[in-house]
Amino acid sequence: MGEPTTKAVPALPSIRGVGEMRHLGLVGALALLVVVGLITRPDNFLTTSNLVSILSLAATIGVITVGATFVIIGGGIDLSVGAVMALASVWATTVATQSYGPVVMAICAILVGTGAGLVNGWLIAYGRLVPFIATLAMLVAARGLAQRMSDRKTQLIQADNSALVDLSTTRLLGIPLLVYIFALVVVLGWIVLNRTTFGRRTYAVGGNPEAARLAGIDVRRHTMLLYALSGLCCGIAAILIMARTTTGSSTHGDLYELDAIAAVIIGGTLLTGGRGTIVGSILGLLIFTLITNLFILNGLNTSDQLIAKGLIIVVAVLLQRRNLKERAP
Amino acid sequence: MSDNVARRGFLIGGLGGAALLAAGCTSNEPAASGPTSAAPAPAQASGGNDQPGTKVTIGFSAPAADHGWIAAIAKNAEATAKQYTDIDFKPVEPTNDINQQISAVETLIQAKVNALVILPNDGQQLNQVALQATEAGIPVVNLDRIFPDKLAYRTWVGGDNYGMGVAAGHYIGKQLKDKGVSNPVIVEIQGIATLPLTQDRSKGFADALKTYGFSVTAKQDAQFTVETGNEVATSLLQAHKKIDAMWNHDDDQGVGVLAAIKEASRNEFIMVGGAGSLNAMREIQSGNSVLKATVTYSPTMASSAIKLARLIAQGKGMSDLVENTVPQSITLASETITKENVEKYLALGFES
Repeated sequence: MGEPTTKAVPALPSIRGVGEMRHLGLVGALALLVVVGLITRPDNFLTTSNLVSILSLAATIGVITVGATFVIIGGGIDLSVGAVMALASVWATTVATQSYGPVVMAICAILVGTGAGLVNGWLIAYGRLVPFIATLAMLVAARGLAQRMSDRKTQLIQADNSALVDLSTTRLLGIPLLVYIFALVVVLGWIVLNRTTFGRRTYAVGGNPEAARLAGIDVRRHTMLLYALSGLCCGIAAILIMARTTTGSSTHGDLYELDAIAAVIIGGTLLTGGRGTIVGSILGLLIFTLITNLFILNGLNTSDQLIAKGLIIVVAVLLQRRNLKERAP
Repeated sequence: MSDNVARRGFLIGGLGGAALLAAGCTSNEPAASGPTSAAPAPAQASGGNDQPGTKVTIGFSAPAADHGWIAAIAKNAEATAKQYTDIDFKPVEPTNDINQQISAVETLIQAKVNALVILPNDGQQLNQVALQATEAGIPVVNLDRIFPDKLAYRTWVGGDNYGMGVAAGHYIGKQLKDKGVSNPVIVEIQGIATLPLTQDRSKGFADALKTYGFSVTAKQDAQFTVETGNEVATSLLQAHKKIDAMWNHDDDQGVGVLAAIKEASRNEFIMVGGAGSLNAMREIQSGNSVLKATVTYSPTMASSAIKLARLIAQGKGMSDLVENTVPQSITLASETITKENVEKYLALGFES
């Protein structure tokens, strides 16, 4: 059943080639930002503690970005990521859940995230809803449920469950544990996307669903699994945000969907599906995080920061389009 | 194909299982609301104003609570109304949509309530409907966010944003002066920067610091949420290796700020909060936190607004004042809560 899929995506190697090129551009952009940092704040920027804090800041949304990359390569979109993460963080920090200890809290967050993702996937794959609409509905509903469960309060993690907060405060080789979790998710995501049948099917389903179906892929089931995967990532991200902020709250993850989608686009993944890389998405995300960090280090206004981010999205997409054209036969 | 169907069955089974497990996590959910903090103990009115009088209907409209402070506003209003047998309390569904709040107030006008207490989402945009209420003969008590048109309301009661900044500035100024610090590094974490209230707070802070010859070294805006407070503080701590004092405008976002400070293991500075949440008070009380004080912007103003609305509707004045009617405007003073006086404020704190 897995064999024909390779035929469905014959263009894969050449896409990878373009991907490498784009990554060079992204690495260049990152290097440029680092130079700006070195010039403007020579004593604060390139310190271990600043680099670690950039990675800690990127971790939560980074995990979500990995899931979003899968969904977008598979030709869909998930607008509900921020809201689902908020719901998972709230569900995992209710007094009831907290009474079972940190492990159950973490499992609860993951189950809630995956469950919401499965609902999204089921609605899209079997209920035939457009991804934009189904996940928009989930965005609104999950945020509402999170507000209802938390009574719109910020739920603190109790002292007995501080093991969860240790993910953020405990350091291994000077790096907080949550950064390792982020790295692990990225590596696993890369392996699944590039080295497994599941990954190949994702490209196939996103590139041409009809061809994928004719090639024997159960497109619906695969689509559903992609959203479940995105939900799973939201659940993991919820654990990280709980560790960082010591709270669960319905206000967590506000507009994360836009940041995640922006990172994926900057990373060179096509919104139409079928093409994209995890490495690109993570580089795109790091560019965003670095900009935020540089602006705050230099005491600049957040409004200018938003303008800069907007410009970067446009420039990145324009450059990629040129790259694609040059590569086209 | 049968293989496929079986696998789908497994998936659906898995989904059901996940739902069950998740439901299990929340089965005794009511406990999650925790000990409901009692309504702040009200000061007893002298002169018999608390004695039951004419029965009055008071309508109440406020934004939806997406923040501990707003949640406390709604809770305080309701709790105070319940303390009076002569109040028929009519709250409308809270909303963050201007349009919906306008129609909610319109229904209260049509219901011919005796007085209205309104915390508008935006004073400018609800001015018109408040004016309609006033014209229909219903006195409006404007809570906190002010209507620009004085014809639109009978009485305004709210907090003092500028004064909050002043209180924080004086506390920090005095502490640093006493320590004999010269050229201190003072950082400020604001709420939503575009709001006039944030700008007032920052102005008051800068003005008060100026009287000590100090100024703000760096300021950044967060969004009044735990997460944004955490993000901004993380980078701000990197930008300044040694800080002498920090003012964070809001105790809700302060939870995130404190988490970032703890993560960075920093304790060389003093921090002042804003609003007066229970969390902040507990931190201050513990004595081993960088958070040394918080300046109030107390949601108890909602309780006062209900009391004022009742007095206005019953045609009474405030017993401690000479006048026969309630004043046109009441600005609450921003108080500074420290370890020394925190006991007195615990009853007025709100869960964030």
